[in-house]
Amino acid sequence: MFDSLKDKLQDVFSALGKRGALRESDVDTALREVRLALLDADVALPVVKTFIARVREQAVGSDVLKSVRPDQQVIKIVNDALVEVLGSEPAPLNIAANPPAVILMAGLQGSGKTTTAGKLALRLRSRERKKVMLASLDVTRPAARQQLRILGEQAEVGVLPEADRESPAQIAKRALQAAQLQGFDVLILDTAGRVTIDEGLMAELREVKALTNPHEVLLVADAMTGQDAVTTATAFKQAVDITGIVLTRLDGDARGGAALSMREITGCPIKLVGVGEKQDALEEFDPARMAGRILDMGDVVALVEKAAETIEVEEAERLAKRMARGQFDMNDFLSQLRQLQKMGGLGGIMGMLPGLGKMQKQIAAAGIDDSMIRRQEAIILSMTNKERVSVGLLNASRRKRIAAGSGTSVQEVNRLVKQYQEMARMMKKMGGKTGAAAMKALMGGGMPGGMPGGMPGGLPGGLPGGLKGGLPGLGGGLPGLGGKPSGKKK
Amino acid sequence: MSWLKKLTSGLSKTSARVTSSLSSLLGRSSIDASSIEEVEDALISADLGTAAAARLAERVRRHKFDGEVTAEALAGALADGITEILEPVATPLVPQPGDRPHVVLLVGVNGSGKTTTAGKLAQQWRQEGKSVMLAAGDTFRAAAIEQLQIWGERTGTEVIAGAQGGDAAALAYQALERARAQGTDVLIIDTAGRLQNRTELMDELAKIVRVIRKLDEAAPHDSVIVLDGTVGQNALSQVSAFQDIADVSGLIVTKLDGSAKGGVVIALAEKFQLPVHAVGVGEGADDLQPFEARDFANALAGVSSET
Repeated sequence: MFDSLKDKLQDVFSALGKRGALRESDVDTALREVRLALLDADVALPVVKTFIARVREQAVGSDVLKSVRPDQQVIKIVNDALVEVLGSEPAPLNIAANPPAVILMAGLQGSGKTTTAGKLALRLRSRERKKVMLASLDVTRPAARQQLRILGEQAEVGVLPEADRESPAQIAKRALQAAQLQGFDVLILDTAGRVTIDEGLMAELREVKALTNPHEVLLVADAMTGQDAVTTATAFKQAVDITGIVLTRLDGDARGGAALSMREITGCPIKLVGVGEKQDALEEFDPARMAGRILDMGDVVALVEKAAETIEVEEAERLAKRMARGQFDMNDFLSQLRQLQKMGGLGGIMGMLPGLGKMQKQIAAAGIDDSMIRRQEAIILSMTNKERVSVGLLNASRRKRIAAGSGTSVQEVNRLVKQYQEMARMMKKMGGKTGAAAMKALMGGGMPGGMPGGMPGGLPGGLPGGLKGGLPGLGGGLPGLGGKPSGKKK
Repeated sequence: MSWLKKLTSGLSKTSARVTSSLSSLLGRSSIDASSIEEVEDALISADLGTAAAARLAERVRRHKFDGEVTAEALAGALADGITEILEPVATPLVPQPGDRPHVVLLVGVNGSGKTTTAGKLAQQWRQEGKSVMLAAGDTFRAAAIEQLQIWGERTGTEVIAGAQGGDAAALAYQALERARAQGTDVLIIDTAGRLQNRTELMDELAKIVRVIRKLDEAAPHDSVIVLDGTVGQNALSQVSAFQDIADVSGLIVTKLDGSAKGGVVIALAEKFQLPVHAVGVGEGADDLQPFEARDFANALAGVSSET
């Protein structure tokens, strides 16, 4: 239908030189394309505006690295921001409450509430071994209650028997009583579809909510929804304070910008997505996949990973070269510390190393944790540029100033300087090797400050003696360090 | 309540009225290029999509206002532009008496309102004194058959139904045979909702069309896609895919009694030039109204007086 965002950005940046920081004008041109891509994906305009403003702030002035094209870099920034807004943490259903946990389904007509209620019932019964009851409060749409009954039978869960001439509130009350008496774990209440501007129907929904005190109020929304997603989400949030969103028909070809709109407007997590007509076609929401879909770039994830990898490799190579020349300074040390943090901190690295899991406790007991890395980072950041390049400048009074500036003690500053010096000495020794070999050797034990036992400097702050025997399995290099930041995202 | 009132009241309760967000443009003597972006944004917010919004905004920019730009003049210019696009496609759905039966096939994605629309169409044509038959071709969704049967009872229309899970094409064939035998004026065939990228489901739809053409080459005389009024730009993909498979000849837009503005109709009109037959504005049997370009344009743009 149209060029993908990737192609467009490539065009935008083809004129831009390879080096330097992203300039404001380049970023703005790129973001105009991003804006169009988001709007074509049906992200609501107000959401697009705030999103673009946020990304712009991050993008302007960020360095363009040699091996990463500016368009890739912008895509990465946009993609990361998108994933973040869509929700980086899993959002399980809150049904751990005293049984019965009540789940109230709400939404516009035809959004897929009844189908989703059936799917949810099956999921909770089969995966979480819950005893589930379905009850339909939809007295408006013809045969809606029959539909839910059939779905309930297919899912082999309880269904509240229908009765004539009951209001939705009356049915809700009866359902709650029945679920309590019969010992159900979860009660799912399906409701009639309603337009948000119908005050009467919204009041009815509020009444049902007040009566049943649900643990989850799920807004069921069609992934094909357009700009109205904002109005819908706002209205349901205000009326019944929804706790989560279920996005249906994600197996279609809609790009699903409504997901971003609703997430941003309500602050509620997208808990589940409907991906097919079968009753088990209900899945957890995957923000990374959704981001790629909204940007219309199936390969965005791979692309971004590659870009990130390139950035890391380039940085590592730069470091290696400097080391080989004995030019390793505090700035380099800082960049290593940061790389370590990016990889999930010490805990993350330890988790990746076979055989190291058990040591984690020892390390923790010795007081080595990520807060120490952050303190070391603070110390370096409190140095002037001159001090970072020539550490020899650091006399007592400068060290005192740095300690005060970083909120640490002179002893800690001393320890860091000593580590740095040991590391720098080590670098010189390796100086004869080629850059890559030096890098490999370094990464073999090259956590910032290195590791004890043949590794220079010891872990930040030094490791307790007990660990000095050398670490098994470390010779092959730390997985990930200097290479791609693998294993971090979980 | 007239459909215009419903539509207008729906739109007026939201920030809707495209022009209500354009207050900063008022009082000027013309609209310049920089402020045209606001017009464009307002139109995008009504689901016109970026391309259609840009074209329409450009039209407004070129518009010669007499004196100052007032809210009325701005809304008027917009409404004129929209009307111009929609007028050629505003065509009511009228069964041809010679067809016997005139076959109307309803297609669309899940939850767009096909079954409800089938019921409403039956009601409308029954009131016009026509004999109508409904075919419950949605054999997939649980209780879809029952839902259509209830509409049959409400409107006094015969409903041809098989079992859930049955062959929809065979059912459509039977219904057409029966309608021919009885000399029924209109046969409305409801079908299961299907997403347009699901080829196996689209193949099923193609089969329905193929099978009824065995009995009547001209059938379906109207192949109508039912679109949810809250849909965004995916409507373009829907119309295109259903047109390929089921020779869609027109569309009906539902759920316009809510806060959605249905602006994608404008983009659709520009791209496909397909007739827009009617709009759904509520859940009652009478809540299906012929599509009037001027009324829709006025409601969307926020032209206040209706006469």
